[in-house]
Amino acid sequence: MSDRVAVVGAGEVPLRPLSPRQSYREMGFEAATRAYDDAGVTHQDIDSFVSVCEDFHEGTSITDEYTPDQLGAVLRPVHTVAGDGLQGVAAAVMLIRTGIADLVAVEAHCKTSNILAHEQVLTMALDPSYERLPGITPHFVAGMEMRRYLHETGAPEDAVAMVVVKNRRHALSNPVAAYGEALSPDDVLASAAVCAPLREREISPPADGAVVLVLASEEAARRTPKPVWIRGVGWASDSPWLAARSWGQASYASLATQMAYQMAGIAKPDQEIRFAEVDDTYAYKELQHLEAAQLIPRADAARIVLEGGTRRGGRLPVNPSGGSLGMGYCFDATALYRTAAAVRQIRGEAGRAQVERAATGLVVSWRGIPTQSGGALVLSAD
Amino acid sequence: MSLIKRKPQRRVAIIGAGLSLFMRRALDTGKELSYYAASQALDAAGVRRKDIQAVVMATAPDAFDGVHMKGEWLLDGAGGVGKPYLRAYVGGGSGVFSIISGWMMVASGLFDLVLVVAEEKMSSCQPHPQGAFLTIFDHIIERPLGPNLLWIFSLEQQRYMAAYGIQNEDIALVSVKNKHNALAHPAAQVAAQLTVKDVLDSEVVAWPVHRLMVSPISDGAAAVVLASEHVAQRLTDHPIWIQGVGWCLDTSYWGNRDLAYPRYVEQAARMAYEMAGITEPRRQIHVAEPYDPFAYKELHHLEGLQLADRGKAPDDLAGGRFDRGGELPTCPSGGLMGVGNPIAAAGLMKICELFWQLRGEAGARQVPGNPERGLAQAWGDLMQVGTVAVLGVR
Repeated sequence: MSDRVAVVGAGEVPLRPLSPRQSYREMGFEAATRAYDDAGVTHQDIDSFVSVCEDFHEGTSITDEYTPDQLGAVLRPVHTVAGDGLQGVAAAVMLIRTGIADLVAVEAHCKTSNILAHEQVLTMALDPSYERLPGITPHFVAGMEMRRYLHETGAPEDAVAMVVVKNRRHALSNPVAAYGEALSPDDVLASAAVCAPLREREISPPADGAVVLVLASEEAARRTPKPVWIRGVGWASDSPWLAARSWGQASYASLATQMAYQMAGIAKPDQEIRFAEVDDTYAYKELQHLEAAQLIPRADAARIVLEGGTRRGGRLPVNPSGGSLGMGYCFDATALYRTAAAVRQIRGEAGRAQVERAATGLVVSWRGIPTQSGGALVLSAD
Repeated sequence: MSLIKRKPQRRVAIIGAGLSLFMRRALDTGKELSYYAASQALDAAGVRRKDIQAVVMATAPDAFDGVHMKGEWLLDGAGGVGKPYLRAYVGGGSGVFSIISGWMMVASGLFDLVLVVAEEKMSSCQPHPQGAFLTIFDHIIERPLGPNLLWIFSLEQQRYMAAYGIQNEDIALVSVKNKHNALAHPAAQVAAQLTVKDVLDSEVVAWPVHRLMVSPISDGAAAVVLASEHVAQRLTDHPIWIQGVGWCLDTSYWGNRDLAYPRYVEQAARMAYEMAGITEPRRQIHVAEPYDPFAYKELHHLEGLQLADRGKAPDDLAGGRFDRGGELPTCPSGGLMGVGNPIAAAGLMKICELFWQLRGEAGARQVPGNPERGLAQAWGDLMQVGTVAVLGVR
């Protein structure tokens, strides 16, 4: 049996700021139905199920309780990864490589509109004794990190604003995206400071949605219409402490992409990766992650972005989906939305968002502040 | 019907185990408890943190600690810094699922040496960790009724007793056995020499559940080191092999199910048996650690695991079949009823116990007859998930 694994089905509910007509279970059902249909399978063909969720995002403890019914997974092997979407994908890849499963579904959803004050939830992720500062926006962690990044690289704030402009413009071509808009860099720079130098429009806005991917062994993938191969997967965590991090660099993303590149046999990522869907929860993160993934040299990131090199038609298209800034941020479901977008690019089904010759793509994820945890996935047409 | 596509090609062994003391109101933080168990497991395996390629963490609701993304917060105590780190989560079933998650990491061929850590610190939840369980219920249908765990498990015990004509005296015997077994466990929190009368004289917390039929609130951590076949053979002469794993999740709508029989445990067990090539579990399994957060659960689970006939586990218990010297010793560790119940850590404690039993290293707890194969099981969510691991000496 081969160790190759493919994504053979993807189903998303379009991301929207509000979803008053659907519960998260109904959204999960819709996404699963679309994904199974996309793969040409039924829920009965799926051998194992992985859900990705966190208690405090749901307002429910042991929230994995509420995962099986909407996936058609009652009385089946289902487990939850309280982690990033790509960690869920990694779990599915591992399950398939053990040989015990041929088809595995990975689900994540997000109902941010149910959360009254997301900042308060984020604050609770900080160490309660040493780091939690009641009454101060938790985005301070991102503000400090952005400050350090700009200091170390000498990148101008215009480059960060340009990331926002690019991604929101890209989102206009993506029907799944919630926040497509034509902005100018000045619109971004004129938005209010949240925690200087971080501005309001440099933070990706939340959205509701659900997404399901179907992964398959090589044997099973050959029977499906549109397999996209997972050539490499990686994930890593660095210290959770604020006091023990480098601030200027995304060390977890370096480790995660190195692991994925090693598995994929990629020696020169800047030449072998055609497009990238990288985490842009905060706009500066896109630059930091591109650098960690060795797609752009540190000194050049700002210049390349300002010159348009990361636009859809540029040398290295980055976040042609619109990214989180353009699609909307949906916690740990984010990475699965981006994987689905990359799968559509490689299949040539991205419509107006299509990148030319999109044969090999990279997805980089991050779990958000205050974590230093992220993942990487190399997808390819063959 | 087959529950696995094919047998795994790569074998996975446990080569070291570690356990903290189980106690109420530990002064150590959750990170420190994790560090303690993980260090012990690494020492036992003869490896160092830098040799470990990936780390699995299991820990139950974030609400116990009031920390969002609790797995991220705990990761340095568990040795996860700079490594692929994964938190696997199936409620109370997480402890046994943690080793299943670690097994996947090695059996997939991605890693050769993996550290699995399970931690729980329930004491910091004030005034009582039952408060955290108020939020596990469906927010529209059930939460307005104010249910807690004691409430729903008393329903399940009642149903189990009514379906098979079981008496509370029969169930109290589980507390007597397990708390007695735990007298030999150095990490135990609530070991005791009791009689059935003592158990039934303890206060009723939710009829028919008495206080001494419920596991305590605990803090603690457990850890094991997993290795691929070629690495395990280089590091130890006595690897304990993971022969089979299984897991199964039932519907969230527990009110629609017959609670007399845990069908999800049966499915999980059948999956593990198929992988392990077990056709006659009662003959081929020599020692078992079924999940016993409540006294009746051990019996209920033994039936689901096909290790006793439906409704007949109480008779087997009364006849001594499950005693440490009996035909099928169950919970020789003392289980959750005796050692304690730091939720995720309690499940992994059962795996640690099997590791020591199968290596003949369980000291005063050792079951006789050189057991060659053991089973551990955990359960959780809304009386909904079964997780099973079968371990053996070859």
